[in-house]
Amino acid sequence: MSNSNGNILSIDGLKTYFRTEDGLVKAVDDVSFKLKKGETLGIVGESGSGKSVTNLSVMRLIPEPPGQIAGGKIIFDGIDVLGLPINEVRKIRGRRIAMIFQDPMTSLNPFMTISRQLTEVTQLHLGHTKQQAREHAIKMLKMVGISDAEERLDGYPHEFSGGMRQRVMIAMALSCDPELLIADEPTTALDVTIQAQILELIKDLKSRMGTSVILITHDLGVVAGMTDNIIVMYAGKVFEQAPTRELFATPANPYTKGLLKSVPDPAHEQGKELYQIPGLPPDVAHLPPGCPFAERCERAEDICRREFPPYVQINENHHSLCHFAADVYSESQAERDSK
Amino acid sequence: MPENNETNIISLQDLKVYYRSGGGLFRAAKIVKAVDGVSLDIRKGETLGLVGESGCGKSTLGKAILRLTEPTGGKVLYDGKDLAHIPKGAMREQRKHLQMIFQDPYASLNPRMTVGQIIGEPIRSFGLTNGSSVESRVQDLMETVGLSRRFIKRYPHEFSGGQRQRIGIARALAVEPEFIVADEPISALDVSIQAQIMNLMERLQAEKNLTYLFISHDLRAVRHLSDRVAVMYLGKIVELADGKEIYSDPLMPYTKALISAVPVPDPEIEAKRERIILKGDVPSAINPPSGCHFHTRCSYAIDGCKSITPQLVEIKPRHFAACIRINLEHPNIEENVKAEMGAIGV
Repeated sequence: MSNSNGNILSIDGLKTYFRTEDGLVKAVDDVSFKLKKGETLGIVGESGSGKSVTNLSVMRLIPEPPGQIAGGKIIFDGIDVLGLPINEVRKIRGRRIAMIFQDPMTSLNPFMTISRQLTEVTQLHLGHTKQQAREHAIKMLKMVGISDAEERLDGYPHEFSGGMRQRVMIAMALSCDPELLIADEPTTALDVTIQAQILELIKDLKSRMGTSVILITHDLGVVAGMTDNIIVMYAGKVFEQAPTRELFATPANPYTKGLLKSVPDPAHEQGKELYQIPGLPPDVAHLPPGCPFAERCERAEDICRREFPPYVQINENHHSLCHFAADVYSESQAERDSK
Repeated sequence: MPENNETNIISLQDLKVYYRSGGGLFRAAKIVKAVDGVSLDIRKGETLGLVGESGCGKSTLGKAILRLTEPTGGKVLYDGKDLAHIPKGAMREQRKHLQMIFQDPYASLNPRMTVGQIIGEPIRSFGLTNGSSVESRVQDLMETVGLSRRFIKRYPHEFSGGQRQRIGIARALAVEPEFIVADEPISALDVSIQAQIMNLMERLQAEKNLTYLFISHDLRAVRHLSDRVAVMYLGKIVELADGKEIYSDPLMPYTKALISAVPVPDPEIEAKRERIILKGDVPSAINPPSGCHFHTRCSYAIDGCKSITPQLVEIKPRHFAACIRINLEHPNIEENVKAEMGAIGV
């Protein structure tokens, strides 16, 4: 099944909606992107931007009702994921696509030993015997840097520290040698020193196993060093999409520019006022007719409040959802050149 | 900032907070030394940043200053009084001057009270109306922190995380304090909102001459807000210096590793960076390593580090560190190691 042009994942026009008391929430609305084999894609966004729902959709983990995948296509290695019966999806989930979450405590079963949780997956997906599964589990724990794996295997999740639990989660996710790893805020709950360890581990495993990775985060620092391409999401839409270096050097969307500017820069003097994006993220249940960012955008004009912006192609790999994408891009170029 | 006016607002002297952990009928309880002999001056008008990994005792230290947790020993000197030892009733009076902002603005706001009641409560209980009505004081405070006056009858759940943090700040400001402990005030917020809250805190500091103890694990935020920074590890302050200095010239191996671990939002820099990756987790505070607590993770540790407890000493002007391998003549640990290697002919 290699009719996918080297893309391990290709998402086209994905729409994931939720019926709530507050009305229809278009959590993901017309999202498209592609991930090449062996590459890492960063998805950046604030809470409610739809970054996690996009990936839960890929795994077909949207609770229905209230949720519903209302349109679009998800092609994983040539397979139309949305067209599969759920028992076929289960064969992919955990086996070929694995996921790690922000809080490992909520995704590990507190009543089961680490051993049972690690061996269950490989017994199910790889047909391991108990003994094989146990040996494999020890190998995986060692690979993620838990040196005394034999002793720790029969422990319970609460006996592990936060960083260690995240290692166990990664070991579990990688135990079936998946082709795609989706990491949803994998280091947000961890200290910086432990975050550095985990990011280094993901990088190392990726280069050894050739896994493709989607890294979801709100931290622009994390994606800067880890990804090949980035998409920036806001209010359920892809606002900008570009190769990592290009996105940081010459953003073509005012929201991306604002995000980049609002991170404190250690090189700057203390006490200088930080750039801030005014206002609050929008209520996705009640979006305005025009650009969802218009209210907070310093360069918004009448058209932005009236008409939904076009998805402008800046160059082959760089797109931006903005009426003034081309202008913003050339301003960014000028700013870069003047540095 | 307060170069010309370095009066201390708060002085901690050998402050200790110990907890009992576990224990039962036949088992002795273990002692957790969350804060273990911290001496620190906080200067009037400054922001003192306090950083460290989780479990290092930074939040406990902040709470102990305000007696939200009881100190086990040592002194908290404020306005001629030792807050660690005054009666509880007298401490309550002091809360007019000393306030706290919390990490999770939702957990720290009573969900059954309106914003007006939440912000108005300290005004009523301290009788601080100054003639005007409580409601108008509350509305003024809401405006000060960037909340619309119209929201006064709303409940916390009707607000976003950033707005809730503004409510928490308004409540802290209601008594017109001069010192605020801000414990991870931005870590639960979205990136675009973090910048708003940091700017708000800076503006309020300038307007009201506030002093902050800013506790955070976010070194970028601490760098941005703090005049001086203290680094804490397993209950002890291990380095203290001006904010700019500690980032440009950290002396302690631990501080170097902390700064090195922070990802920089610039792919060009990230591609070239050599990162110091610390091995392992923070050891347990129940049974911390002997000598220098950091020796188990330190690549420069020598035998002496296991037995000698290093003291916080001034290595350079206004720059303190606690490490037996550095001193006034030789502040750079890497050069010291190189010199030793040379001396023994390696």
